[in-house]
Amino acid sequence: MIAPPKPDLITVNIDGREIAVPKGTNVIEAARQLGIEVPHYCYHPKLSVVGNCRMCLVEMGMPAVDPATKAPITDPATGRQKINWIPRPAIGCATNASPGLHIRTTTPLVKDCREGVMEFLLINHPLDCPICDQAGECQLQEHATGYGRGYSRFIERKNVKPKRTLLGPRVMLDDERCILCSRCIRFSKEIAHDDVLGFIDRGSYSTLTCYPGKKLENNYSLNTVDICPVGALTSTDFRFKMRVWFLKQTDSIDAESSVGCNTVVWSREGVIYRITPRRNDGVNDTWMPDSGRELYKQVRVDNRLVSVKVNGADSSLDIAINAAAQLLKEGAAAVVGSGRSSVEEQFLTKKLADALSAPAWLVSRVGQGDGILLSADRNPNVRGALVTGLIKELPSVQLTALGAKIDAGEIKTIVAIGEDLAAAGLTAAQIEKVRVIYLGTHASATSVAAAVVLPTLTPFEKSGTFINQQFRLQKFHQAVPGRLGATDDLVVFAKLVAAAGGPALPGDIHALWPALAAEIPSFAAITFANLPATGLVLDSSPWSGLPFVEGPTLHYQPAAAAATP
Amino acid sequence: MPAPEQRRIIFKHIDEPGYTNDLACYLRNGGYEILKKSVQRKPEELIDEVKKSGLRGRGGAGFPCGVKWTLVDRKSGKPIYLVVNADESEPGTFKDRYIIHQDPHQLIEGIMITCFANNVKLAYIYIRGEFPEGARILEKAIAEARAANFCGPDILGTGYGCEIHVHRGAGAYICGEETGLIESLEGKRPYPRIKPPYFPAVLGLYQCPTIVNNVETLCHVKYIADIGGDAYAKIGTPNNTGTRILCVSGHVQRPGYYEYEVGKITMGQLLNEVCGGPLPGRKFKAVIPGGSSAKILRFGETFNLKNKDGSTRTLTVEDIPMDFDTLAACGTMGGSGGVIVMDDSVSMVEALGNINEFYAHESCGQCTPCREGSLWMKKITRRMVHDEARAEDGALLKSVADQIAGRTICAFGEACAWPTQSFVQKFGDEFKDYAAEKKAENDDSLELV
Repeated sequence: MIAPPKPDLITVNIDGREIAVPKGTNVIEAARQLGIEVPHYCYHPKLSVVGNCRMCLVEMGMPAVDPATKAPITDPATGRQKINWIPRPAIGCATNASPGLHIRTTTPLVKDCREGVMEFLLINHPLDCPICDQAGECQLQEHATGYGRGYSRFIERKNVKPKRTLLGPRVMLDDERCILCSRCIRFSKEIAHDDVLGFIDRGSYSTLTCYPGKKLENNYSLNTVDICPVGALTSTDFRFKMRVWFLKQTDSIDAESSVGCNTVVWSREGVIYRITPRRNDGVNDTWMPDSGRELYKQVRVDNRLVSVKVNGADSSLDIAINAAAQLLKEGAAAVVGSGRSSVEEQFLTKKLADALSAPAWLVSRVGQGDGILLSADRNPNVRGALVTGLIKELPSVQLTALGAKIDAGEIKTIVAIGEDLAAAGLTAAQIEKVRVIYLGTHASATSVAAAVVLPTLTPFEKSGTFINQQFRLQKFHQAVPGRLGATDDLVVFAKLVAAAGGPALPGDIHALWPALAAEIPSFAAITFANLPATGLVLDSSPWSGLPFVEGPTLHYQPAAAAATP
Repeated sequence: MPAPEQRRIIFKHIDEPGYTNDLACYLRNGGYEILKKSVQRKPEELIDEVKKSGLRGRGGAGFPCGVKWTLVDRKSGKPIYLVVNADESEPGTFKDRYIIHQDPHQLIEGIMITCFANNVKLAYIYIRGEFPEGARILEKAIAEARAANFCGPDILGTGYGCEIHVHRGAGAYICGEETGLIESLEGKRPYPRIKPPYFPAVLGLYQCPTIVNNVETLCHVKYIADIGGDAYAKIGTPNNTGTRILCVSGHVQRPGYYEYEVGKITMGQLLNEVCGGPLPGRKFKAVIPGGSSAKILRFGETFNLKNKDGSTRTLTVEDIPMDFDTLAACGTMGGSGGVIVMDDSVSMVEALGNINEFYAHESCGQCTPCREGSLWMKKITRRMVHDEARAEDGALLKSVADQIAGRTICAFGEACAWPTQSFVQKFGDEFKDYAAEKKAENDDSLELV
């Protein structure tokens, strides 16, 4: 066996402390590992390096060697090898680790460089922080406080630029606040592959703009707002809605496709204001689609299911569970699970199907994959259904086979979890023939026709896990409470399982995980608490032969494509 | 000591009566003979001649041409490009345009020899947008040379082929910066590249190894190929070899272009004898020796320089030989050879205001210190001149300039900071007293009413 090659580690010295970093690491990242901040604006770990803000200037030096013999020269004062410090400061972002590299970030020169750049960036900046959405998460504010002089010597008139340019449907530009770091331009070109942004004019009058006749309207446009270090680019959705320092941040997962972008949900007093990406270098880097940021809008809408209903009349949970149990006792039941349910819910759905000896179905959702962070599989958790054993094969888009069974009179009761049976291909006549127990978040043709309706929660209102296209188990947390008096979905599922004659299982996610870990080999030793924030990749080999629908995305290669070199 | 005679090598035929810029005239004067000789030699030999010659770049930085060629990555397997920098835009410089207008074939011959020596198959002449006539002349000259097999797919029957294309700029000073020029040539905004990693010799045009040379430099290459590196190295002074063209403008009796052996003529000889001294009734006040970005010299200041043997010598401005090294030792530079002379009628605040207007207009806007600093300095000097000046403005100007120099992506940072730094350092009193003087002037004018 050949041992995997060790990563090329290079030892550098920053402010007198040594650290070994992989080859290709720049000074900003190496310093970060030592807990030393090298302030910067234009550098972004996931974009090309342009070195234009000059905020990351540091002093650089190399060990001195005798030019003739190449022998190290020792400094008699310290007894260590002498360092030749370069008088001209170097930018940390474009300076990669090299053996013996020495960096100083605390010298008077570095301090002066930072003060100078801060002063330059602020002289033509409008300083309209009190009305700026970026205030509170603005690097200009932070670095001005941390590295600026704290006063201004500028008495001339500031430049005047456009204040409200709509770059696209979701992004507003304030050119006066722009510090011309070009992050948004590089993002559009390098990540979104939609090269519509650029600068016009020159010098301090340079202005960010969109190519004539084009708009910044790709499905990733809001990432430019995230990476804008200042308040130049703002989201038309979030603009002027809420101060960021009032918002609570909750780690979550984008449920719109099987990519499973890691996200942060920003909420205050039970109301969600925005969703932003959370860095996960194995999944979504620091990006997410615009469409995923809109999902929170489904939480507070008029067609949410808010009350338990039995035969169309408001009821209570226990009565409804009893009513459901009565229906299920008659046998000939089928379970339609969901690729949108969490792993825990799918586990309980499986228990329900087992208790009823009923076949389980899943509905596939397929859309156009964009090759970036939106995959063709628009269910976030089809692989969860595979791992929990709810299904053995990949689901189809239409429930035609189930329809045939209904026509044949083999099915009398359907437990539909979050799926609108009409939309999934059952005819009105077929739905008429069966009695439906419906668990869902929003009203649909199925919820109207259902004998028992059990309202459930959106992913923002509960905690759980999804398994994404890489078979990465990822968790999301409850960001906001459900509607008043809502019962947690796991409690509802657990009660339903028990009522159907299944085992008594806890309705609490932490209490439920030992059962998952015990029963499902892939989950051995995992608890909800110890699952890392960036997820855990499970062994996917049992399912490697399945014809998954996804094409390649940012960090995913389909098995077939990956196999061919 | 009387001034030496001009030694016209590059400008041999400039302004010569009857000399035209067509191929026939060039051939009558022995044109392309050196190319014919050169293509029979080994390319390494030619590179060696240029190395031995000690030729330093005439564009501004004075970087040794042979070393530049040596740094080119020849192992990458990628094509090597030659880019001719004809973006002559340093204020005060007007040498390349005469070569292009009056003797374009000299340049083309120099280009072809350079291309042959470096195995270049494609050369671009990047000419500034303000030279439309120059571009037309070059296009015509290239067509003539191509028809006569001096460039094209099979040069002089050797099987070696090389094409030249003329590319016009659109009017930006920064396109004279070599990596900005390359970006512009690639069709992008001329944002200079960060070095490292984008050294043109390794990752230049289209990410291929690229040689960027000035027009005048390439003409010298032709001459070196003719007489040999050792003979060329005997012209001029050690480490400052050859001749260079000095473009004198401003307050002298006879402004113009003069070609001298490098270091053989002093500033005093150039201005007082060659250029006829100051205008009647005036005295020299200051001179910028190498284009507007070079640091200014004040007449009356002296420089204590170390000799090689350890002894020191004291030079006045008039004593300074017009070479690269002594000008650098005096804190300024030979630059592009643009000598701008100012007499005692000039207000240094207003002169600096003029320079600052230029650099604020030409900053590309890519990196922060230059983008914001150049405009700030312009706003200060403009306010001083046209509005209210403050005694502390000089110190503020200097401090702003100090925050730019050495901290930018390209040398524009120094180019825009050096004038301010040197003007304020050498004429500080003038900046301090400017407010009072202006007030007195205004009071005088009131009396007239």
